[in-house]
Amino acid sequence: MADPMRIRAQMAGEKINVRVLMSHEMESGQRKDANGAIVPAWHIQEVTATHNGQTVMTAEWGPGVSKNPFLQFTIKNGKAGDKVGVSWKDNKGDTRTDETTVS
Amino acid sequence: MQTRRDALKRSFAVASLLMGAGLLPQVAQAFEKSAFDAKSVADVFKALGLPMPAESKDVALTAPDIAENGAVVPMTVQTNLPGVKKLMLLVEKNPSPLVALFMVNPSVETSFQTRAKMGQSCDVYAVAVMEDGKTLFSKKEVKVTLGGCGG
Repeated sequence: MADPMRIRAQMAGEKINVRVLMSHEMESGQRKDANGAIVPAWHIQEVTATHNGQTVMTAEWGPGVSKNPFLQFTIKNGKAGDKVGVSWKDNKGDTRTDETTVS
Repeated sequence: MQTRRDALKRSFAVASLLMGAGLLPQVAQAFEKSAFDAKSVADVFKALGLPMPAESKDVALTAPDIAENGAVVPMTVQTNLPGVKKLMLLVEKNPSPLVALFMVNPSVETSFQTRAKMGQSCDVYAVAVMEDGKTLFSKKEVKVTLGGCGG
C-alpha cells in the first residue's frame, strides 16, 4: 500500500480550493538502471476526486507527470465541513483513496 | 538527411489528411492507452480520434519561461469557455507527449494545475476539447536547463 496523500481543501468564497500531493514514484519507463536495463514504467493512470461522495473530476495521467504528483483544482460550490476525497490507480493496479474535511 | 522536425511535420500532414478523409476510427474507452503511448503530438490526436486543434486565446496555459529542473515543471491549463469536455496537457518533445487528460465536470472549474516532466526545451500545449468535437489549443515554449528524464 502506498503512502497516504496529503489533501488540503480550503474555502475560497463559495468555492473549495483543493490541493493534493500524492506519494508515488511515477517511473517513466525511459530510465535505465546501473546495469543498463530499462526500469519498467510505474505511474498513476487514473485520478478521481469526489465531493460529498459525488465524483466531480476524473483525470488520466501518463508517465510524464512528475514524481510525487501535485494536483490543484477548484470545486464550484461547497461549504466548510464538506468531504473531499481523492483516489488514484496506477498501472500495476495499486490504488489509494484518502479523504479530508473542507476547512 | 531526415531531421526529427521534418518527420514531425510530415506526420502532422499525414494525420490531417487522414482526418480530412474521415479514415480514422473514433475511439472511446476508459484509459486512453494508445494516446499515452503515442510518440508525437499528431499521433496523440490521431489516437484520441480528435481533429488537430486550432490556436485560441481562450485557452490559457501557465508555465514558467525557464524551468531549472525538468523533472518538476508546474503547469496550469485554464479556460473560461462554456461546453468544455476535456482539458489536456502535452509536452511536444517528451517520449510520450500526452502528460495529463482531465475530464471536466460542471461542478468543478475548468482549471487544473499539476507538475510535469520535460526531457528538453520545447513547446508545451494546453488543449481544450469542446462538446461539439472542436479542439482549441494554446502553447508556450519552456526552456529546460536540466532534463527530467535522465538517470
